[in-house]
Amino acid sequence: MAPITTGHYLGLSAALLLIGVAGVLTRRSIVVVLMSIELILNAVNINLIAFSSNSQNVRGQIFAMFIIADAVAEAAVGLGILIALFRNKDTVLADEVDLLKW
Amino acid sequence: MLDVFFFYAFAALVLGGALLTVTLRNTVHCAISLIASLSGVAGIFLLQKAEFLFAVQIIVYVGGVMVLFLFVIMLVNLDTAARDRQFNRQWIAAVACVLAIGAEGVYFVRSGSGAWTFAAPSEFALSAGNTEDIARMLFSEYLVPFEIASVLLLVAVVGSVLMARREA
Repeated sequence: MAPITTGHYLGLSAALLLIGVAGVLTRRSIVVVLMSIELILNAVNINLIAFSSNSQNVRGQIFAMFIIADAVAEAAVGLGILIALFRNKDTVLADEVDLLKW
Repeated sequence: MLDVFFFYAFAALVLGGALLTVTLRNTVHCAISLIASLSGVAGIFLLQKAEFLFAVQIIVYVGGVMVLFLFVIMLVNLDTAARDRQFNRQWIAAVACVLAIGAEGVYFVRSGSGAWTFAAPSEFALSAGNTEDIARMLFSEYLVPFEIASVLLLVAVVGSVLMARREA
């Protein structure tokens, strides 16, 4: 079997990114959309770690940590908004929230 | 040899969990698939000798974010939504766009495969103490971004409490 190179990790990251984008674009439930955003951010992290290990530089891991902090903040605020939305509109489906739609 | 096996095992866990996350009907099952996928990402980190981020990934995602998701799923009534249509009306166009982007990436990587080579990293040039390296870098060179990240987390805590409060 061929040894695992940085390219393998980049391919894995690209596949995970595409799955996450597909989830964001196709699902109706806002909870699953937020989960797909987590998948996208994790794809970015795989990329950063792959290049950090490839160039033997710890800076990529620092950036990955900042992205994890950002993902957590985004999930917390997003789920807070989701609870407020459910309380006011009684739905968690993204395409039923069409107040601004003409 | 062994790390080839572990790479493919973790990659299968990551991609399989991600696919189940975006396709399953029950949101709790989606959350559990997401746990599997993020644990696979943690394994990928470990294969790349990023031990500190491996621990952070497990603690933050599996321990924190997933509990948050499950609590919100519990608070928000999803029983009617689970019987409903799961994909919106534009899903064919969305999947076509995603596949087009993927095909584009494959095409350009293949056509430029001469440039698609990476220098083999020298063995263990990252020093053995991964956590010490990160701490030294984080608290010297990246101190200001670190403090800004803590302010961001504070804002997120205040904001989410404010959003979810009953009398907003």
